[in-house]
Amino acid sequence: MIPANKTLDCVVEIGDIPIGLHTGDQHFFDLLCERYSGFLSSSRPDLQLDFDLIEPTPVSDDDVRVRRDGADWLFERGDFVARWNPVTGRGRVRQTTNPYALDSVLRILHSLVLASRGGFLLHAASGICDSRAFLFSGVSGAGKTTISRLAPPEATLLTDEISYVRPSAEGYSAYGTPFSGELAKAGENTVAPLAALFFLEKGPENRVDELPPAEAVRRLMRNILFFAEDAGLVDNLLATACDFVEKIPVRRLTFYPDSRVWDEIRDFEAMSTHA
Amino acid sequence: MPETYIARSSAIAARMLAGEMMVMNSMDSTFFTLNEVATAIWRAADGRTPLREIVHTQICEQFDIEPEQAERDAAEFVSELSQHGILLVSDQPLNSPEAAR
Repeated sequence: MIPANKTLDCVVEIGDIPIGLHTGDQHFFDLLCERYSGFLSSSRPDLQLDFDLIEPTPVSDDDVRVRRDGADWLFERGDFVARWNPVTGRGRVRQTTNPYALDSVLRILHSLVLASRGGFLLHAASGICDSRAFLFSGVSGAGKTTISRLAPPEATLLTDEISYVRPSAEGYSAYGTPFSGELAKAGENTVAPLAALFFLEKGPENRVDELPPAEAVRRLMRNILFFAEDAGLVDNLLATACDFVEKIPVRRLTFYPDSRVWDEIRDFEAMSTHA
Repeated sequence: MPETYIARSSAIAARMLAGEMMVMNSMDSTFFTLNEVATAIWRAADGRTPLREIVHTQICEQFDIEPEQAERDAAEFVSELSQHGILLVSDQPLNSPEAAR
């Protein structure tokens, strides 16, 4: 264990959920502040994580395990162990200074909190265009990074990797996240009501196709980030997915990778708005 | 011939959307969409009613299917869902959390 001799705190607010992060290590604190610079907040934290640093270990390819341990949630992977109590909102993390471990812990915590609040993290790129948010989901290679790169200059990137979705007065809203993929660029810390979710496929031309509701739910559930083997929370997520599909248009977007795909997206939005 | 009893597992989530029943196992995330006949069997899986009775009183009558065909289809459906831990199967009546409601 690396000894800590002072206390350093910051608040990282993603999706309107401020989480206090506490460490005794200046280098790690600097890493936190740099990595989440667009998401640092002066809000009073709803949740709190205290970090104990351990000596570096190789980056872990182990699967994450998230399970109940008494009143706590326990998150484990080769490079971190975290224990968090959902009643007090407080938790303790033992990890290396590896930023990927840090991202993973935050994603797991947000996924647990969102599951009980009617939201979810989705393996998807997202962006805002004409004041409305769009989600672009799909398997690796489906085109999340490509469609992010092709976005018009006036569009706002929320993320190219992990999208953040919460229920709102307009139905659902998408928030920016610092969790980046191939673009290696954090999203903007902003929010907009969701216009549509597109499941991406590359093809010879641009087209938007309907998806039957059950197929939309199946695809949505397959791409939601959720780690806990917990029947109650999975039941919440399935209820959320059904509600989402009833409120937000979910389509298959086949696209040829050039900028005209965004014309198709805008046309779809215009038709939906005026339908 | 022994009876077969079926009950819904407590480790699953299920929702009806647009007339289709979706069932998901929370342990391994397997996801099934059930057709009308499978949904009727699913709903009747209370752990107390023998599968043969479910097939004859609900499936054959509601869906106008021959008993032999309906029993074969039901056995196949039950086998598949039980392999994924979604249905519990026994030759004795089962205590199901759903059945207790």
